[in-house]
Amino acid sequence: MDFNLTEERQMLQDSLRRFLGDKYNTENRNGFIASERGFSPDVWHELAELGMIGALFDAADGGFGGAGFDLAVLFEELGRAGAVDPLLETGVLAGGLLAALGNGVQKTLLGEVIAGSVQLALAHGEPAARYDLNFVETSAQESGDGWVLNGHKAVVLNGGAANKLIVSARSSGAVGGDDGISLFLVDAKSAGIERRSYGTLTGGHSADIRFNDCKLPADALLGQAGGALPALETAHARAILAICAEALGAMETAKDLTIEYLKTRQQFGRPIGKFQVLQHRMADVLIEIEQARSAVINAAGHLEDGDRDLHISAAKNLIGRVGRQVAEEAIQLHGGIGMTQEYDLAHFAKRIVLIDHLFGDTDHHLERFIALGAA
Amino acid sequence: MDLKFSIKEEEFRAEVRGFLDEKLPERLSEKVRLGQGLTKAEMEEWHAILNHRGWLAGNWPAQYGGAEWNAVQRHIFEEETTSAHAPRIVPFGLAMLGPVLQAFGSDAQKAHYLPRILNGDDWWCQGYSEPGAGSDLASLKTRAVREADHYIVNGQKTWTTLGQYANMIFCLVRTDTECKPQAGISFLLIDMKTPGITVRPIRLLDGSIEVNEVFFDDVKVPVENLVGEENKGWTYAKFLLTHERTNIAGVGFSNAALVALKQVARLQMSGGKPMIENPHFAARIARVEIDLMAMATTNLRVISAAARGQAPGAESSMLKVKGTVIRQEINDLTRRVMGPYAVPFTSEALEEGDNREPVGPQQAATAAPQYFNNRKLSIFGGSNEIQRTIITKAILQL
Ligand SMILES: Cc1cc2nc3c(=O)[nH]c(=O)nc-3n(C[C@H](O)[C@H](O)[C@H](O)COP(=O)(O)OP(=O)(O)OC[C@H]3O[C@@H](n4cnc5c(N)ncnc54)[C@H](O)[C@@H]3O)c2cc1C
Repeated sequence: MDFNLTEERQMLQDSLRRFLGDKYNTENRNGFIASERGFSPDVWHELAELGMIGALFDAADGGFGGAGFDLAVLFEELGRAGAVDPLLETGVLAGGLLAALGNGVQKTLLGEVIAGSVQLALAHGEPAARYDLNFVETSAQESGDGWVLNGHKAVVLNGGAANKLIVSARSSGAVGGDDGISLFLVDAKSAGIERRSYGTLTGGHSADIRFNDCKLPADALLGQAGGALPALETAHARAILAICAEALGAMETAKDLTIEYLKTRQQFGRPIGKFQVLQHRMADVLIEIEQARSAVINAAGHLEDGDRDLHISAAKNLIGRVGRQVAEEAIQLHGGIGMTQEYDLAHFAKRIVLIDHLFGDTDHHLERFIALGAA
Repeated sequence: MDLKFSIKEEEFRAEVRGFLDEKLPERLSEKVRLGQGLTKAEMEEWHAILNHRGWLAGNWPAQYGGAEWNAVQRHIFEEETTSAHAPRIVPFGLAMLGPVLQAFGSDAQKAHYLPRILNGDDWWCQGYSEPGAGSDLASLKTRAVREADHYIVNGQKTWTTLGQYANMIFCLVRTDTECKPQAGISFLLIDMKTPGITVRPIRLLDGSIEVNEVFFDDVKVPVENLVGEENKGWTYAKFLLTHERTNIAGVGFSNAALVALKQVARLQMSGGKPMIENPHFAARIARVEIDLMAMATTNLRVISAAARGQAPGAESSMLKVKGTVIRQEINDLTRRVMGPYAVPFTSEALEEGDNREPVGPQQAATAAPQYFNNRKLSIFGGSNEIQRTIITKAILQL
């Protein structure tokens, strides 16, 4: 049993923490969020140079990491700094699928991903799908020696900035079935694609994307026709681990900001941190964050084994619950200041809460945990 | 025990309902239903409609142009207007300052200001809180020094709601520094156009601008703008708080929000079924509905005592804590039910003249912002921690 980081991961953590600490403060972050793509292209390129995108992939794919604890370490730091860079979207989700399913030609794109010169997005969720991965109505029909896509993809993360999309579509089977889902690697500017992009409360630009008789060549297909669900599940398991770790980092910062504030804010002639009722509330926050940390460790440690889904759903459920508590308590204990955009806490509180809306909320993963037979 | 309203009360309800059917513009109620912000002009429009009917100031005595309703009537009005998605009445002039002037103002102040509140000539904001004085309001530092027939005011107020629209601000200021903090505070009416006043908007975490900082730099205020006696401001402020805390439970808002939540939950799908049939989500809705049903009766118990002339004391603290927690829980569920569509932040969708098709379901754009914005409910008007302290002292006597 050893809960320490390896030397390499410790170095990864140190250098990322230093770098992000340098790049991010409230004003910069708000500026990045308000900018054209919802994040800073400069910071993105520097992250790539530091090897942070490479850390998401294993050596066979040109990276030097890619394991559960690599994701956990990296995303905890992103969360701690309140970074808004699309490592999740380009790296873990779409990049992960490309690495898992791409053929030799398709995988040449991975070099560009790791170098930071391309933005990707996974266009999978749909308006009626909510959080179900197999709910795909978008259709892919074979036509001549290619495919024709029709359908509507909802809230495609990083869909605003992406140059290339990985799109899921049903090439056979009934909506809601596990078989029949295919993936396609598509240029985001292809004819027949209509993109409506928009900001989010916590950075990046997402998009709703419509495919209207979008014609693709045969070599756009990624992996086996109709057999994409297991790879989608793996990519989402990795993405859930990543955002759980991100939420953990963000909760640590929210806690630190609140403790600092309790020590400095004076009311009734003393620091408000002297009021026992507030002390106990912070003690609970600390206890729950330690629970969240253990849940992330469980999820990272089981990412490659048969208990993966159980631990992933456990972590996502727990972090959804704890996240709400931490975000709400941090705001409440700050009073009015906690409600303002100009103060650092706002971003962290919003990010922690909105993470519950990605890849299944706390209820969704409770149901999944029960269904997996563990309860 | 009789849980029914009297025949007369039911008649009143029917009258209010008929009025709303006829006079509430759908343009406004639709915005309120969707959780969209109203413009200043829209708020004033609704005030004018109510004023025309004589219903703008339900809590004021008839002699000042009020409807002079008792607590039960006010409650019925609140229930009907919230469930019809009428805009809320901006409270600063009507619910807060009006009663203070009626109780403590000079004849000249009453004659000048009260009609102007009703007619919408003045937009008031509340200048109590300061950067260093929130929960500990009595520690406020904004200084007013008497010089001949003026006060010279220096200092800063903050969190001033809708101060960007206001032409008048009522302030608590320090007029004596030599005594116990509460005993050196005065209640002053200040024209926002006086030289030396600067208003700076503060953006809240949902992106909205509803609060401001107000700076006072050698601002000259005529002495006739003092309400009541010098150094008695704390007493008036406490009196005002009892008015601020009527309808503090927000049962009407919660009911309306719950109805809207159920509507969305019928439309949002999960696994091919509406969310309202999802057992976990249905349980969440049911729990908050059960809380709200009990809260409605707790609220009526306090109101009915108030209608018999018993001023609500620490009971209003109870209503505030539970009422705000329930409202916040409904906001939480409304964000939750949107699923991934809570993520887009299409602020332009909330603005005038944006004709683009909304992203996702209709209420999605406002669900997360409203959840974050309403975290304020447990912070302002005396934070929920402060309310619990009041309960501890006044009811539990611990
Ligand atoms: C959206 C919004 C609108 C507002 N509008 C107005 C307005 O129009 N006019 C106006 O004058 N003010 C307004 N306020 C200010 C509001 O009244 C204050 O925010 C409130 O009084 C709390 O003060 P504070 O923000 O300074 O927090 P603080 O008093 O610093 O409190 C911070 C935390 O400490 C807790 N705390 C403080 N003292 C104690 C104690 N003794 N025991 C236990 N816990 C304690 C609080 O509960 C809170 O959790 C508004 C605030 C907000 C957020």
